[in-house]
Order: sequence, then C-alpha cells, then structure tokens
Amino acid sequence: MSLSGLFLMIFLVVHVSLNLTALFSSKAYLAACEFMDTNLLVQVMVPVLALGFIVHIICSIIVTLRNQTARPVKYLVVNKAAASSWASKNMFVLGVIVLGFLGLHFFHFWAKMQLQHILGQEGANAYNLLIELFSKWYYCVLYIVWVIALYFHISHGFWSAFQSIGINNSKWLPRLQIIAKIYAIVVTLAFISIPIYFFFGIHFFGLQKLIIYHVQLGS
Amino acid sequence: MKFKLKIWRQKNAKAKGYFEDFDVDNISPDTSFLEMLDILNNNLISAGKEPVAFDHDCREGICGMCSLYINGRAHGPDEDITTCQLHMRKFKDGDLITVEPWRSAAFPVVKDLVVNRNAFDQILQAGGFVSVNTGGVPDGNTIPISKLDADEAMDASACIGCGACVATCKNGSAMLFVAARVSALAKLPQGKVEAQQRAKAMVAKMDELGFGSCTNTQACQAECPKGISIAHIARLNREFLCAKLKD
Ligand code: HEM
Ligand code: SF4
Ligand code: FES
Repeated sequence: MSLSGLFLMIFLVVHVSLNLTALFSSKAYLAACEFMDTNLLVQVMVPVLALGFIVHIICSIIVTLRNQTARPVKYLVVNKAAASSWASKNMFVLGVIVLGFLGLHFFHFWAKMQLQHILGQEGANAYNLLIELFSKWYYCVLYIVWVIALYFHISHGFWSAFQSIGINNSKWLPRLQIIAKIYAIVVTLAFISIPIYFFFGIHFFGLQKLIIYHVQLGS
Repeated sequence: MKFKLKIWRQKNAKAKGYFEDFDVDNISPDTSFLEMLDILNNNLISAGKEPVAFDHDCREGICGMCSLYINGRAHGPDEDITTCQLHMRKFKDGDLITVEPWRSAAFPVVKDLVVNRNAFDQILQAGGFVSVNTGGVPDGNTIPISKLDADEAMDASACIGCGACVATCKNGSAMLFVAARVSALAKLPQGKVEAQQRAKAMVAKMDELGFGSCTNTQACQAECPKGISIAHIARLNREFLCAKLKD
C-alpha cells in the first residue's frame, strides 16, 4: 500500500512536469510527447506503472473491506470533531474518484494517442487534443474536481506512506505533514493550471487561432 | 443539575441490545461521571429495577478499567482523561447524554456497558514481555540509558490498556496499544533484543483477533487518555518491517 502509493506519487510529479511543457509552447509539449513515446526507459516503466496502480487498488480494497468488519455494531452518536482529518477517513472514496477520472483520461487521451501507436496508426496530435478537450467547460470542471480529490488523497497519503514504512518520529511527524501539504498543493496547482490556461486562453485571448496555425505547421 | 440519559442495555453477550432512557436529577456539578451513574443505579435499585452494569476500578485514572463512549467520544468530552476523571460540570444542565459501550469485533459486550477486553491480554501474551536472561537486579544507574530514550520509553509505558484507541479508530485498530508496548520495550536495553520478533508476534495476534488495520487517521492519539503519540506506531512499523525483511 505505502510503497505503491509512494511510487504513484513520483509518477504524478513526472506526469505533471510533462503537462506543464504545454504552457510554454506547443513545440515543447509535442517534443515531450515524442520523448515519452520513444524513450526506452519510459516504455519499460509503463507496465510497471500499471502494476503499481493494480497493487495499490487491490490492497486498498482488501484493507477497506477488512476494516469494515472490525466494528460490526456501529455507534449511535459519533462526534465528528475527533481530531482526524477528513481526508484520512475518506481515502477509499477519494481513490475511487481519482480512478473514475483515470478511466475518462484513458478514453480521451490514451486511446487517441498511445493506443493508436500500439495499433500501428498515426496518433492524434497531442496539442490539438488539449485544445479540443479544455475548450469545453464541463471537461474543465470534471478535471478540477478530480484534481481536488487527488489533493485530499495525497495530502494525507504523503505523510501516511512514510509513517506506514516506519520512516517517522515525533520530530518528523509535523514536518512530514507540512511537506505533504506543500507537495499536494504544488502538484494540484500544476495540474489545474493546464485547463485554466487553455480554457481562458481559448475563450478570451484567441489562443485557439494561434494554436491551430502552429499545429497546421507542425503536422 | 439535571440530565437525560440514553444508555445501551444488553442482558448478556448473546442478547439483543437496545437503548433505554433515564432521567437523573439533583446532580452536583462536581460529581464525577461514574458517581452520577452510581446515583442512577441507586435510584434503579430502590425502584426494584436492574442497575446499569459498567466497568470501573481505581477511579483515579490509572487502571484503565473504566470505558464508555459518551456523546460520541471515548471517555467523553474532555481531553487526556479517563471516564472516572470526567465531571458533570463538563456538561450543560438538561443535556441529553448518550452512553454506549466500546464497539469493536474484538471487544464483545458482556453486559450493558461492560465489554470483554481480554483480547488486549492475548496480544500482550503474544510478545509484550522480555524473555531474554537479564541477570540479577543491578545497582541503580549501572546500565547507561540516555535521558531521551528513558523519557520516550516512559511516555510509551503510560498506556493503561483502556482500549479508547480501538473504540475511537474508524478501523477498530489496536495499533496505538501495540505500539505503546513495543516502543516502551524497544527503547530499553533489555527489551531491545527481541524488539523485532515482538512487533511481529503482537501484530499477528492483533490481526488474528479481528482488530482492523491502521490507516493513520490519528483519531487514537486524540482520544488516548495518556496522550500516547502515533510516533510510536512509526517505530512499531519499523520493527515489524525489519522482522519481515529478515524472514
Ligand atoms: C495517482 C494516484 C494515486 C496516488 C499518488 C496515491 C497515493 C496514496 C498514498 C501515498 C497512500 C498512503 C499509503 C499508506 O498510508 O501506507 C494512499 C492510500 C490509499 N489509497 Fe491511494 N493513491 C492513488 C490512487 C488511488 C486509487 C485509484 C485508489 C482506489 C480506488 C486508492 C485508494 C487508497 C486507499 C483506500 C488508501 C488508504 C489505505 C491506507 O492508508 O493504508 N488510491 N494512496
Ligand atoms: S494507547 Fe492510550 S487509548 Fe490505547 S489502550 Fe493505551 S492508554 Fe488506552
Ligand atoms: S477506573 Fe481506573 S482509570 Fe478509570
């Protein structure tokens, strides 16, 4: 659980760094996509990543189900103020929201890019996809809901993972919890910046024209 | 003061339980919570009714016998205390007070508010002791132990085995209790030798008895009457993982 969680948190950093290249230019973004498509290490890591997700999800289901049997008779009154964070009590629900978006994400990006490569066909232009999807307000909203769920999941998960593998003590506990918040905020803001940049860019600053021109040149 | 009480009644371990409502009157604010229950029981006995069964012993916060989930919190609405140290001045006149037993698959209800916490004894029997030969009683201070280590072992030893951690944890996990024991012994030279094996044996017993798994929600340390920190759980995890890696 903790090891797969730590691994997924490293993956998030790599993923969001690549996303951020789209803020600079379409060229940089397409180059980053090209790199991910061809680099050997990346090809090796893809199945490892899939495995990481599967291990994390299976463990989470086992732990959640097992823990549900530990209190067969529930309390009539539960005081919500008991000092545990909301996120820590709802990790499974948050995980499921993250997973739901992952499905959507696969459908919209992976199926149009990576899957096409696997099938031996030309994939969709990655930058075009961004414009197409993020020009729709409801897709932006969904994306932001997902990122917020992710924020809560990792703001607890980050320090929790260290605690679970025993790398913690009374001095580091508060420090790790602050680092967890910082990590979660940075990753979250980085993810959210993409839909915001594109949505407002397209609808208010004529970004679309510029991009279509670029893409036409590029392809 | 006057209170309305809603108390869990259950004839025995097998019977189906239910909530029963009571009224108590003429309670001084300085009455302890258990004394208030004594007054209620006195009234019940005079009226020829069955008194409410609840656990208690020292009534000074050191034995861990008293329990009770009061208005949704283990040991009621005060910090770092047991139920015997809770006073009625912490409530408002006329309050409705709901009293439930600890709820955990591993702590079955014996009668009314009394639960069987024998599972904790079984966990201790699985490894919460020192079995290496430590020789005769040495003179004081002949074994050098740093102040920091001694303090940490002492903090962990403060656990009174009350079970509030299990009662509060949404997963019904006994990790704080196990961690307190493992930490108290691992920090001292005699206990250190078996620290890893002890962690493994105690965790295995905890799982076997039907306690849940820790997901680091921190609810236990918030409700522990002795303020045991979850930092001890990190140490337990460390010892446990080291033991597993060596297998
Ligand atoms: C990028 C995606 C994800 C990341 C970075 C991530 C990260 C983490 C981390 C670091 C932990 C803490 C582990 C620990 O305390 O030992 C955790 C816990 C958890 N995760 Fe995830 N996770 C992700 C996706 C998911 C998904 C898709 C699910 C399930 C549907 C899920 C369910 C859970 C559950 C139930 C826990 C709590 C279990 C526990 O604390 O032991 N996570 N996650
Ligand atoms: S760790 Fe605290 S709450 Fe748990 S049994 Fe010990 S004293 Fe009670
Ligand atoms: S009766 Fe001993 S701690 Fe409350």
